[in-house]
Amino acid sequence: MNQVRRQSPDDLHRRATHVAERANWIRRSALKMIFEATQGHPGGDLSAADILATLYFAVMRYDATMPNDPGRDRFVMSKGHCTGAFYSVLAAAGFFPEEELTTYLQPLSRLNGHPSRTYLPGVETNTGPLGHGLPVAVGAAIAGQIDKADYRVFVLTGDGELQEGSCWEAAMTAGHRKLSNLTVIVDRNRLQQGAPTEETVGLEPLADKWRAFGWDVVEIDGHDAEALIPALENPGGKPLCVIASTIKGKGVSYMENQAGWHHGCPDAEQYAQALRELSA
Amino acid sequence: MNDLVKTGGLFDCREAYVAALEALAEADERIVAVVNDSVGSSKLGRFRKAFPDRLINVGIAEQAMVGVGAGLANGGKIPFVSGAACFLTGRALEQIKADVAYSQANVKLCGISSGVAYGELGPTHHSIEDLAWLRPMANLTVIVPSDPWETGEAIKAAAAVDGPVFVRISRMPVPALTHTAKTFEIGKAETLREGGDVAIIANGVMVHRAVAAAEVLAAEGVEAKVINMATLTPLDEAAILDAAATGAVITVEEHSVKGGLGGAVAEVIATQAPCPMRILGFPGFLPTGSAEFLMARYGLTADGVADAARDLLARRAA
Repeated sequence: MNQVRRQSPDDLHRRATHVAERANWIRRSALKMIFEATQGHPGGDLSAADILATLYFAVMRYDATMPNDPGRDRFVMSKGHCTGAFYSVLAAAGFFPEEELTTYLQPLSRLNGHPSRTYLPGVETNTGPLGHGLPVAVGAAIAGQIDKADYRVFVLTGDGELQEGSCWEAAMTAGHRKLSNLTVIVDRNRLQQGAPTEETVGLEPLADKWRAFGWDVVEIDGHDAEALIPALENPGGKPLCVIASTIKGKGVSYMENQAGWHHGCPDAEQYAQALRELSA
Repeated sequence: MNDLVKTGGLFDCREAYVAALEALAEADERIVAVVNDSVGSSKLGRFRKAFPDRLINVGIAEQAMVGVGAGLANGGKIPFVSGAACFLTGRALEQIKADVAYSQANVKLCGISSGVAYGELGPTHHSIEDLAWLRPMANLTVIVPSDPWETGEAIKAAAAVDGPVFVRISRMPVPALTHTAKTFEIGKAETLREGGDVAIIANGVMVHRAVAAAEVLAAEGVEAKVINMATLTPLDEAAILDAAATGAVITVEEHSVKGGLGGAVAEVIATQAPCPMRILGFPGFLPTGSAEFLMARYGLTADGVADAARDLLARRAA
């Protein structure tokens, strides 16, 4: 078992530095995968990188060699299209060999455009269609509640994804049952596929919505591990929603806040520039 | 052959479903029930009383119900997700596809009051498309039991399988059948009656009507084989080929004529053993009327099935 969460000294800065290094690696890895596969979802991969790195390298309790351990913390990747970042973090965490990342989207690869637990250890449920992750996470949290188990369940959703009604069905049940072992992180990059969320169907006041559904809410900078770690480590007596304010395309100047990079592939020059910026 | 349908009265298969579920839950604490406010219509009041922590009511929210079921399976539970078949399958079809079937989650889906049980409530509440929606889903076992015994056995078999299962549970009163099979086995059809002139393949609440039709035909000197195809997926192709050997096959189901049992049987017969066929079922959205009225109107009675057999035999002779 990864002992980071329960036995770590209070060296938040040291831990956050480690997370930031891993997040930077995830960004570079995701872009390499996309560049080689000539397709992917770079904008969301880059906005989620710090959140994923914080979960896997500072917060969650798991043993990658025992992906079905009943006592593991569970992570549900509800924004299943962001597999560049998700597969990278799973590989970095040891669920499968990093070399396999070069097979991303190749024929018969385990690394499908959307994650499949049938193929790949570390994937809890198959996602892709939006609004599926939170209900499944709620179910896993209820199972833990029934068993009085001490595992936690984390789910990462996009913000545009919250336009799906199934999210709020599940949020209502989680609030009603006071699932304190459940944490949702909203990757609040404010852009959906083609436009800002607030111009499409506005989500604000988003924190008020979650509170009204019976959740605790924390609003933080989703690229600051020193903020993410304590936010994710300290749930209260209710389900916890961490609204992580992020930048779509974070770390690559020409992608940042550009809805056009929701999906796509940089050309060779753009890719070289991205790697330079991420090395700086 | 006339004692295949027992005379002990009529039964609501939901009772057999909950009795089996309660017995399973007593023996295995992993068994939980998930409902969409349907405690009453799924007859789970007694289950809730016996296992209050293991009855999870997500409210009127079918998408969450199925997703929560998949999550409970992820947490090591064996969830029986129960709701009216029309809403469970129609409203949550993508959850059934992605969270349950594709994810190979150990979830048992129980479609209650299936077919036209809700008669007068109309097409919104009829579930006559469900099998066409579910049949192509890989990994998903689909069972349509015919009577109380088979319903209870199907529930036990579903719990014993590690993987997704859909069980269609009617509320229509049906008689108990005299089963020729000693045990229920997923994927194994049951030949209830031998006959070499024509074969009638039925499932669910239509099986006892198929048996009655065979008796009508026998009085005319026509011997009909009757097959109870309780498992739709995986399909017992050998039993279908056996039926095709009679040279005339009729399917009977409480479902649309498109994509259900008739479609499944036709796929096998057309590609492996072509012979004349009739597919009995419902043509589309149905007019107002009780379940019995609707079944009679569309020939889903002993006489209607017998008529189809006569027609088929006449076509074959021509």
